[in-house]
Amino acid sequence: MTTTVPPVAGAPQAPATGLPAPRRTGRRAAPGSTRLTPTAGVGLGVALIWFSALALLPLIAVLVETSAGGWPVFWSTITNAQTAAALRLTITQALAVTAVNVVMGTLIAWVLVRDKFPGKRALEVLIDIPFALPTIVAGLVLLTLYGPNSPLGVNVANTRSAVFLAFLFVTLPFVVRTVQPVLAELDRSVEEAAASLGASPLTTFRRIILPALTPAIAAGAALSFARGISEYGSLVLLSGNLPMRTEVSSVRILSYLENGDQAAAAAVASVLLLVSLLVIVVLDVLQRRMVRRG
Amino acid sequence: MVKTYVFRVIVIVYLGLLVAWPVSLVAKETFANGFDALSAALSDPSVVFALKLTVSVAVQAVILNTIFGVGISLLLVRYEFRGKRLLSSLIDLPLSVSPIVVGLALVLVYGGRGDWFGPALEANGIQIIFATPGIVMATAFVALPLVIREVVPVLTELGTDEEQAAASLGASSVQTFRRITLPAIKWAVVYGVVLTLARSLGEFGAVKIVSGNFEGTTQTATLLVEQKYQDFQQPTAYATAFLLALVSVACIVVVSFLRPDHSTSSSQSKGLS
Amino acid sequence: MSIEVSRVGKKFGDFVALDDVTVSIPTGQLTALLGPSGGGKSTLLRIIAGLEQADTGTIEIEGRDATRLPARKRNVGFVFQHYAAFKHLSVARNVAFGLEIRKTPKDQIAERVDELLKLVHLEQFASRLPSQLSGGQRQRMALARALAIQPSVLLLDEPFGALDAKVRKELRDWLRRLHDEIPVTTVFVTHDQEEALEVADEIVVINDGRIEQVGSPDELYDAPANYFVMSFLGPVTHLGGKLVRPHDVEVHTAPPALAVAAADAVGAAGAAGGLVEGTVVRTVRVGFEARVEIAVAGADGTGAVDGAPSAGPGSSVEAVLTRAEARTLGLVPGTTVWLRQAPGSISIDAPAGAPARELVEVV
Repeated sequence: MTTTVPPVAGAPQAPATGLPAPRRTGRRAAPGSTRLTPTAGVGLGVALIWFSALALLPLIAVLVETSAGGWPVFWSTITNAQTAAALRLTITQALAVTAVNVVMGTLIAWVLVRDKFPGKRALEVLIDIPFALPTIVAGLVLLTLYGPNSPLGVNVANTRSAVFLAFLFVTLPFVVRTVQPVLAELDRSVEEAAASLGASPLTTFRRIILPALTPAIAAGAALSFARGISEYGSLVLLSGNLPMRTEVSSVRILSYLENGDQAAAAAVASVLLLVSLLVIVVLDVLQRRMVRRG
Repeated sequence: MVKTYVFRVIVIVYLGLLVAWPVSLVAKETFANGFDALSAALSDPSVVFALKLTVSVAVQAVILNTIFGVGISLLLVRYEFRGKRLLSSLIDLPLSVSPIVVGLALVLVYGGRGDWFGPALEANGIQIIFATPGIVMATAFVALPLVIREVVPVLTELGTDEEQAAASLGASSVQTFRRITLPAIKWAVVYGVVLTLARSLGEFGAVKIVSGNFEGTTQTATLLVEQKYQDFQQPTAYATAFLLALVSVACIVVVSFLRPDHSTSSSQSKGLS
Repeated sequence: MSIEVSRVGKKFGDFVALDDVTVSIPTGQLTALLGPSGGGKSTLLRIIAGLEQADTGTIEIEGRDATRLPARKRNVGFVFQHYAAFKHLSVARNVAFGLEIRKTPKDQIAERVDELLKLVHLEQFASRLPSQLSGGQRQRMALARALAIQPSVLLLDEPFGALDAKVRKELRDWLRRLHDEIPVTTVFVTHDQEEALEVADEIVVINDGRIEQVGSPDELYDAPANYFVMSFLGPVTHLGGKLVRPHDVEVHTAPPALAVAAADAVGAAGAAGGLVEGTVVRTVRVGFEARVEIAVAGADGTGAVDGAPSAGPGSSVEAVLTRAEARTLGLVPGTTVWLRQAPGSISIDAPAGAPARELVEVV
């Protein structure tokens, strides 16, 4: 283990002169960053062109396609009974799953950071599997355990519970992975201080630990919600995509597209896209808050 | 402590029911009749084609995203420019955009029936949608932030002292990058590449839209799993799914064992800086 | 002159780091840039190295205009406060780095690395990684690495700032001896006046982006150009409108004969021989010395003797005596004493508006 070295530890401080000497810290405005050099400028240009071609222009095209039809077309598309049902199902299930993740994700992160037991490493791997497992495979494996031939006798195939289950699977890592590093960095002596001042473990958790974790939990929840509403692959085999019952927004977009109705597909896609953008903004704000807290 | 024990059991049961047990069943299904399903699948030309296409697409996407990811990370961490904050936020967008939206977006811009570049490109004989380039783009899109998210924190933590020391010793910026910066971010790049690979092999929704899902020409492994399952060739579906799952789990295991613990990694790098 | 800095200015946003700085660094000497944090000394060093660009002005190194030269072409050795060790390279490879960049033949590199590692007493650590070294060892490695390229100037940015006091002291002595062995023009930044006085041939005092004074340690200590330099180089206290060092304050329990005082004061600056009356408030014994805090009477009191202006009402003077002196005088709180500046000691006029009490903590 190496120790952190505070700058100029124990060194004699500059004499406190009586003169009004401005106390300014940080001799460089932005340490380590410099203005663009010509080479870096070219690099940035190339990167931006690629990023635009790959991601920005296509996403803008979705919004353009939507606005081309005008507000009435957009409104009638997303208020169409089947589409509205799909949006409602997607959002309510994503919210429900996010609520579960906030509790379970924090609990899992807690166990991974604070508990020690053989096989913990295996749990770490399990957490990341939903992130890396192809979604179609995720749907298949869930169907195997919770489908018609379930060894548990639980069959959720083609029900709304299937949507909930699939969302729960694919969003598992987000809260865990955002909370875990923050929890690990938390200064244990603060908790000991709280305990020495007479706080019960529950009070310490509620008043000391939880506030420190809140931005991370919120960031994880935002990611988890965004992932939930955009899910498609794991539902294909599992939910049956029954209109008005188990059909989610992504499936709705796809069926519009397959019917050649690009404008309607773009309208629903715009709703999802705007939610994604909102999540990005929320994440940015939360990240800044976390950075400020150090 | 009783409470710790309870938490531990809850977490293990939850993860067991949600992840471990279902995922292990895919292996059980695949090997229900020994190696029959696997060897049958691997002798099916459509399976072999789909696997080859998937690997080829994943490799191309990984190369693109690695170059772009390392470059953008350097720009974001080491330089100041207008719109930097916006760019750094937008980079994360692919993580929260639905694959279906990604597919639709690419079709709108590069599809032959769209209003953007598609018709002009097709007039010049360049087919992007319903062809491999479209699949590569869709795959690169969904996996775009993964390298960047690994590399940026490491670069930030690294600081510029070592790079400046190299410059003062006479190293050019290329030499500094190759000899000092790259070795320092090596593992972050490796994690990013492995995660990108896992994500690329498994992309389904976006690829389904841009590829057209034509068996033997644009059908990737994930699309094949869906089709075989629905065509009641479930042993083949399970065998292919097993192969995909195997690779993705292997990727996760590799990263998890290479990467030091969350807690120790940060304190180590801080102490040495 | 080895390094010529002329009219260099540098701003970071609104903050003026360097304001029209001109200074010459002599060849072959050990020069200290001394000043408080944020005063601009590190910025100046980084501009000399080419790690930062000056907004205005020019830098000349060994007669060559280096203002627009990138760092890698300046042939300066730079040592960072936090070592900037290449963590993935062994100690030997760290030292070899600059030579490898210069495409020096392998056998020559090996020879030179050996030589340098001996010089910094790290020969047995050649194959270790920097993380296996202590802070002091890492800094010696960084120094060897900088020296390997045979730089025309060696620049050290608070080289011992991150080390603990004991190691700092050792390295300081060692740097001085090393410089006597290899007399390369060396500039080091420090905010520790003791370090500067002990190690440097020449000291450049920088404050608020401007140069306050340039001179040898003795010149600076004996003839500070202004209040800032005097107070930065050691503790000062107010006595009769002057700033003096606390150990230059004579303490008497009975008023000495004025004639004697006047005769003694010949060497001292003019009216500095004046007596000031006061009352002991507190004595603190620290090691071999005794610090005495003395309350001085107001302007209307008996403090003003011989026309010397007294300190303001309710002010106090700090005097430092040896333990034996303090015991002989029998100073206890309440004792009435007469103070004067020791004959032959330095003093400067107190700047207007400065608070009366100027006790400065020194480690």
